[in-house]
Amino acid sequence: MAVRLFFKEKWFYLLILAFALTVPFLVPGRYFFQIIIMSCLYAMATLSMNLILGYTGQASLAHAGFFGIGAYGVGLMTKAGISFWAALPVSALLAAFIGLLIGLPTLRTRGSYFAIATLCFGVIVSIIAGSWVSLTGGYTGVVGIPKPTPIPFPVIGKLSFNSLTAQYYLVLAFLLLTLFVMHRLVFSLQGLSFMAIRNNEALADAVGINTFATKILSFVIANFFAGLSGGIYASLIGSISPSTASYMLTFNWLVYLLLGGVATLSGPIIGAFAIPVLMENLQFLEEYRLLIFGVLLIVVIIFSPRGLMGVIESVWNKSKAKNPVRKAGGEYAAEGGKPDQAI
Amino acid sequence: MLKLTNVTTVVGGFPAVRDVSLEIKKGEFVALLGSNGAGKTTLFRTIAGVLKPSKGVIEFNGKQLNNLPAHKIVMLGLSLCPEGRQLFPHLSVYKNLMMGAYTRRNDHKGIQLSLEQVYELFPILKERKNQLAGTFSGGQQQMLAIGRALMSKPDMLLLDEPSIGLAPLVVQKIADVIKNISKEMGTTVFLSEQNANMALMITDRGYVLENGKIVLAGPSSELIYNETVKKAYLGA
Repeated sequence: MAVRLFFKEKWFYLLILAFALTVPFLVPGRYFFQIIIMSCLYAMATLSMNLILGYTGQASLAHAGFFGIGAYGVGLMTKAGISFWAALPVSALLAAFIGLLIGLPTLRTRGSYFAIATLCFGVIVSIIAGSWVSLTGGYTGVVGIPKPTPIPFPVIGKLSFNSLTAQYYLVLAFLLLTLFVMHRLVFSLQGLSFMAIRNNEALADAVGINTFATKILSFVIANFFAGLSGGIYASLIGSISPSTASYMLTFNWLVYLLLGGVATLSGPIIGAFAIPVLMENLQFLEEYRLLIFGVLLIVVIIFSPRGLMGVIESVWNKSKAKNPVRKAGGEYAAEGGKPDQAI
Repeated sequence: MLKLTNVTTVVGGFPAVRDVSLEIKKGEFVALLGSNGAGKTTLFRTIAGVLKPSKGVIEFNGKQLNNLPAHKIVMLGLSLCPEGRQLFPHLSVYKNLMMGAYTRRNDHKGIQLSLEQVYELFPILKERKNQLAGTFSGGQQQMLAIGRALMSKPDMLLLDEPSIGLAPLVVQKIADVIKNISKEMGTTVFLSEQNANMALMITDRGYVLENGKIVLAGPSSELIYNETVKKAYLGA
């Protein structure tokens, strides 16, 4: 039974992948296509935020700050003539390294204090981006950032990233990379130790987990991917400003995460795609759109703290309980529950 | 194996453990008796490295523990099963057990062996390995907590009040298993209890803690007839 279920799920995922690959031929227009590309980037950011906030239970609100660091890194380096493919990993590593420096003092605090400390850092990043005029160009930002450097292929010629289709496949590849890394992490013992800290930090300490180092690790990995998505953003959009690192972005991702499903792998992606698309379709409501999302957020937090994926999972579990033959096998089948202390 | 010399631990400005000296040899099964607030939990948390002693020396297998962080002490083979059935409530039973083996995570074969051992001690854990730990009853949670502590394959196990809040029948069952862990598995066990009757029935010898000080020590068979112990704990 377990084997059959595995195949079923595998086909399901392949179907989604096939759909994702055909998206460029299905989108109605350039504008909508642009939104899809942005959603991919934001899904990367939300997925990485999910690691520290959802799985590890430490509500980091500095995520856009690290996104901004990655964006400025790539923007400034590629304008200085460095190849995008060198600038991108360097910028992401820079974001990870600054994350380490910030994590060392802030991760000693807990709960809301950590949220406040990281929020402050996030705000500071965008202030520095606006004030350090000689480097960042101040509030006008950096403009004219080149598109990702074309990849030369021996026979077919060069793969350049001027068309939206090529850009889409680029971000899709990075989104899949992020998802792959997160999946490997979450289903490893390392991922389990993240969840253990969220569940019961004192006990995690007692079973021999170095909780501080583990939290730092989660924070650094999350910030690496935040920087990575920021770097791609800078290159594709072509201009960045302090608002690229604004805390408003962090809160957008937080909403994607909460509505999609905290501490699930699919939740952040569903949130990052569904909400911007919904926002676009509700254009006619103007500012009142935010009202809807406010109410929706409250309803979700009260009735389904694990978001949309939480609803799906509990329905799935109920049907499994009614029909015990269809029990999902495997040691890791029972997933790591509700995020008790996240936020 | 474990040696404490004049250990004092201050918690929030108050010395909850004062000048405690004791020694436990390999293979022994020792009880720590004391009423509410006597300092049992503080003493255990100090030994496990969760709290730092303000004075005195703690040695384990000849190694000084005073300045080691908790996770390093677990690696030395000293495992604490904290009071109040501490679990990872939203993780499955199996995952809880796996977290117990965190310090020996590369020893896959050994972990499998320990898992079999724990399942043998507590068959219910095997039956319900995919259930979330938080949905267990009190007695089952205590079994899981003990099982998890055993997964680190400790040389010495510190059990902090395993009988607290459990039905008498379940207490008896837990007591049998603890005795098993000590006698058949050969693990050195230091058991803290308010339930003096249960503790003195199964252990070799005991210490009595009062206001953070050790006031009495001796073989369990003698303590059980001691007037002070009788008055304070056995209701005689």
